Amino acid sequence: METPFVQRLPVETASIGRAWIVSTIGPAVSAGGVIWAILQPWRVTLLHPRGQGVWWLLVESPLLVVVVGVVFSLVVARPLLNDLEEHDASAG
Amino acid sequence: MRPPAELVHWLFAVGILFVALCLLCEAIVGKEVWQMRAWRKYLWPGLAFTMGLLLWPVMAFFTNSAIHMYAHGSWAEVLMAAGAAELGLVHGRLRSPWWRLTWPVAFVVTGTAFIVHEQNPWFFARSAFLHHLLGWTFVVGAVIPLALVWRPRSSVLRASFALTIVAVSVMLFADRDVAPVFGHLSPLAGAPHR
Repeated sequence: METPFVQRLPVETASIGRAWIVSTIGPAVSAGGVIWAILQPWRVTLLHPRGQGVWWLLVESPLLVVVVGVVFSLVVARPLLNDLEEHDASAG
Repeated sequence: MRPPAELVHWLFAVGILFVALCLLCEAIVGKEVWQMRAWRKYLWPGLAFTMGLLLWPVMAFFTNSAIHMYAHGSWAEVLMAAGAAELGLVHGRLRSPWWRLTWPVAFVVTGTAFIVHEQNPWFFARSAFLHHLLGWTFVVGAVIPLALVWRPRSSVLRASFALTIVAVSVMLFADRDVAPVFGHLSPLAGAPHR
């Protein structure tokens, strides 16, 4: 049966889409942490450190989310994008 | 010097979120690309195993009651077992796909422990609500790793597995020692803070 719709994305388009998603995940997570810090600034105890215990100064949940996004981007996503590019170049 | 319980939940949420992001990327790029670097294939199974190990001190130092001890101990065991099985599979030491059953088992045990060790009803306080929600998320979500035993290469299932774990980390980040949930807070829970 013939159909005017594309049933399978061309390899190049699919690859660009995957690369875009992988490169977006880390920044999206970090942006989530920043938005959380803006909505609940009292959770960032660095902004008002007086009278805070050591644990409350060390563990600040919105900043932890930002750090996860940054570390993920640098340690996982960046080398993964290089490998994805290399794999697609060798396949295509 | 012992940290408040909610901070421990957040620290585990960090590790769980990182594992979930790795799983999501693996689902997107495929196993072949993910395993192009040797260190990367051990990354999330190793993290899962390490979190299982770290649950033992949580069991030892946050023993509010015997049932808390059993719950934390059982999570430590099943997370270590599932992480170790995954490490064995990616290394090639383990070959049987049935080792992947450790994940649905870990989900069911974790979910049951969450539900059983929460003694208060859903709307007692936020932590009670989240314990019930986490428990049922794990129990119902166990269907996904179970399906992955038969269809390990399915991108949809792998992405669903990752997103379930993202949801778990969000719930852990939402945990507070004493806080209302949808405006409900039992007077027996104590005074809310932060």
